[in-house]
Amino acid sequence: MGDFLFIYRGGDNGAGTPEQMQKRMQSWTSWLKGLGEKGHIKDLGNPLDPAGKVVKGSAKTVTDGPFAEAKDLVGGYTLVQTKDLAHAAELAKGCPIFDAGGSVEVRPIMKM
Amino acid sequence: MEVFPEHLFRREAGRLVAALTRLFGMHNLALAEDVVQDALCRALEVWKFRGPPDDPEAWLLTAAKNRALDVLRRERTANTFAPELGRLLDSEWTLKPVVEELFHPLSIKDDQLRMMFSCCHPRLPEEAQVALVLNILCGFGSGEIAAAFLSGKAAVEKRIARAKKVLAGSAKLFELNDVDDFAARLAAVHRAIYLLFNEGYHGSSAVRVELCEEAMRLAALLLDHPLAKTPATLALCALFCLHAARLPARVDAQGNLNALLDQDRSRWNGKLVSEGLRLLDLSATGTEASPYHLEAAIAAVHANASKAEDTNWGEIVALYDLLLRLNPSPVIALNRAIAVGQHEGPVRGLEELNAIRDRERLAFYPFYPAALAELELRTGDAAKAREHFQIALNLARNPLEQRFFEQRAQSVRS
Repeated sequence: MGDFLFIYRGGDNGAGTPEQMQKRMQSWTSWLKGLGEKGHIKDLGNPLDPAGKVVKGSAKTVTDGPFAEAKDLVGGYTLVQTKDLAHAAELAKGCPIFDAGGSVEVRPIMKM
Repeated sequence: MEVFPEHLFRREAGRLVAALTRLFGMHNLALAEDVVQDALCRALEVWKFRGPPDDPEAWLLTAAKNRALDVLRRERTANTFAPELGRLLDSEWTLKPVVEELFHPLSIKDDQLRMMFSCCHPRLPEEAQVALVLNILCGFGSGEIAAAFLSGKAAVEKRIARAKKVLAGSAKLFELNDVDDFAARLAAVHRAIYLLFNEGYHGSSAVRVELCEEAMRLAALLLDHPLAKTPATLALCALFCLHAARLPARVDAQGNLNALLDQDRSRWNGKLVSEGLRLLDLSATGTEASPYHLEAAIAAVHANASKAEDTNWGEIVALYDLLLRLNPSPVIALNRAIAVGQHEGPVRGLEELNAIRDRERLAFYPFYPAALAELELRTGDAAKAREHFQIALNLARNPLEQRFFEQRAQSVRS
């Protein structure tokens, strides 16, 4: 058993009709709910606002950002638990983000 | 997560665009649409993890309102907004209270009406008016409208873009208190939502029922406004209820069309029937009977007959006579002839069918040969009936009609 972080990148850039957006929202909630019912959700996580600040360098310069390409921008995360990395990746395949051209990065949480 | 209201996004989109256009001015309709798209986008992002909040409408409203305030503060020197609000938007003292007031639910209701009246601009052809209403007030995308109307997406997009240019030509939304223009524009609004309902009722796709629901929702907004709640509005709403009541029986479990007389009437929606009859009663005031009154009255005669055999055809023929006088259309004459055929026998019905003036305008209307076929069948001339059913089949406009005429033609053969 291990913990894995799902990092959502890109997708849902505001394209689509209201009806399509509602459907997309509903497929996310039902996907996450399904994972929860199977006991895979350790922390639902959160969406991230795309507008933030980046602090960088020894001078600790603060700039607006990150201005990554839309498809690379992290849009949110979820903490999942399951038996191994392969199965975590299998679970990620159900994410609706793929319909909107995004991706899910699956990263094992390192054990103490 | 609670069960999420169906179509909430697109209905809220319609409400919010109306309110924002009042605030920004009609020439800034595109800006209003952008602000709404932004708000929906935020909702999608925030709600997708844990589902929507308890009051999603209020959440969206606040998001749109805050975004609108940002836009006004940022652009008020470079852009002109609603002319009637003028300087009220210039000062921070008045800006917030004005915006708060405009986003009050009652204001938004009026804004939706103003938008509806604006969309039915006399310079726009009727199909453009209907497309605009669906796009702006019901939040349908052009692809969704195209699917509902069985037309191409590019054509619908073009139609909407052109119509929006006409709208942008007027600085503000239609003023409801302008009593002179009101009656004429209300008639155009009636026609547009009547067309919308009919498109849903006679269409073949799955969106069918949705279009009927939208027409009924918009008609209900008219009923809620003291100036718009005219006898004709009441009659239109009655007509919608009485026709919508039959929707569950119109198509059977196999997806086949059922003619009115063959429908299982126990499947009619009783609540809608009684609401329709109640509204029809209320509509019987004033001196003028609109076509909607007569159409609703005809639907009421059908609704009052618990079996098809109990239908009072004499009354229906009389109502069609009146309707034909108000609206001399060959389709109405066709329906009248069918009623005569029920009332006085198939020979009389055929006489009436063959006597329809402008019946050449029915040349591509499949229900004309179908009516000939039904009546020939009842006179015992199966060969002629078959011939006419075949013509109807060739004219069928969608798979639903096609299957329907196929079955009728087949039943004559066997």
